[in-house]
Amino acid sequence: MFFKLTPNAGQPLYLQLMEQIRHAVETGALRDGDLLPGIRTLAEKLVVSANTVVKAYAELEHEGLLELRQGAGAFVKLRRRSRSSPASIQNAGSLIRDLIERLRDDGLLDEEIRRAFEAELLYQRVEMRK
Amino acid sequence: MATAPAIETRHLTKKYRNALAVCDLHLLVPRGCVTAFLGCNGAGKSTTIKMALGMVRPTAGEASVLGTRVSDIRASCRTRQRIAYVAENKPLYGYMTPEQLMRFASSFYADWRPEVAAKLLGEYALPPDRKVKSLSKGMRTKLALLLALARRPDLLILDEPSEGLDPVGIEHLLQTIAVCSAEGVTVFFSSHQIAEVERVADRICILDKGRLLLNASLDDLRESYRCIDVTFPSVPFEREFQISGVEKIRTSGRQMRVLASRNAEAVVERAQQFHAVSIDVAPVSLRDIFLQTVQEG
Repeated sequence: MFFKLTPNAGQPLYLQLMEQIRHAVETGALRDGDLLPGIRTLAEKLVVSANTVVKAYAELEHEGLLELRQGAGAFVKLRRRSRSSPASIQNAGSLIRDLIERLRDDGLLDEEIRRAFEAELLYQRVEMRK
Repeated sequence: MATAPAIETRHLTKKYRNALAVCDLHLLVPRGCVTAFLGCNGAGKSTTIKMALGMVRPTAGEASVLGTRVSDIRASCRTRQRIAYVAENKPLYGYMTPEQLMRFASSFYADWRPEVAAKLLGEYALPPDRKVKSLSKGMRTKLALLLALARRPDLLILDEPSEGLDPVGIEHLLQTIAVCSAEGVTVFFSSHQIAEVERVADRICILDKGRLLLNASLDDLRESYRCIDVTFPSVPFEREFQISGVEKIRTSGRQMRVLASRNAEAVVERAQQFHAVSIDVAPVSLRDIFLQTVQEG
């Protein structure tokens, strides 16, 4: 695994590390069940404080992407459906395009369409929490 | 005692004749972190470290290390067994060889690890049987580091550890600090090299003219320090932007540059109220934070 941390990026190093691990999982560089480097090894390699690695691993465990096993290390754990597949995202795109076309025909402005979308998404999130 | 901070000072002050080396210092260094102690030459870093170790008597105030007050001589003697310290000028006996020095030092410490000492001797490529006085400055630095790192201290204090080291030596030193942190050692090291601090440190303290200007976690600094450049049709008064979190404002023509330690969103909002034509928010490097803070102070 290669990681590249930029101290001047205006983003905490542990967040950068988290993003790069997430990206590695999304691109398939890391697969389900893969073992990540140990805290000491990675801290030494990246020349960062061990706390940076500990925090990144702990947050990713909290998100459910990693499983930390005492003494054994950090393993990649893929949930059955962590992200939508590229095909369904493409399909969503064409559905939304059609809908926007229809709403424009009804005379709605783009700004109004956007607000309507956001309001509906927000509304559904609130509904789900109830 | 496990929860006591690594180093804590209250009103710590040191006066040398007319010069004020350290002034009313309230320093708090937590356990389990790598803390970098930044400051220009003569800022009072070494004096602070020496007072924390009981090597220099404070003019006023007090210091506690690992929960023990330095002024309590008997208790702090025991505490010092748990501290490894590499001094600024790396004082070593010139007539001894590295091998003799290692044997000499090992007899003082119960936590001495001969296998680590032997490993470091090889890694640093130190000649075991040459007299210390004939070693180069960089080699002497490495030897002093070896003597500290061969132990397993609770607290490792390094005063300008990178001085005299070449880039390879510096990288190795920083890796060693990273490994120490993984082993649970609290590291406190002084430096005036920002580049070496910003990756490995969890926290930074900035000292200037004996005063503490900043004591913060690097995560917080990265997350909240922002430089905001705004272009206006006509520039408003600077006082309109003196809101909480704004450290510095500069105006040039129709542009304004605001340095915020937090609250960047509020600055952006205010800029919008004044009909800003363009707003650019950028992170601030540790180097800029250091220079700004030290110049302000």
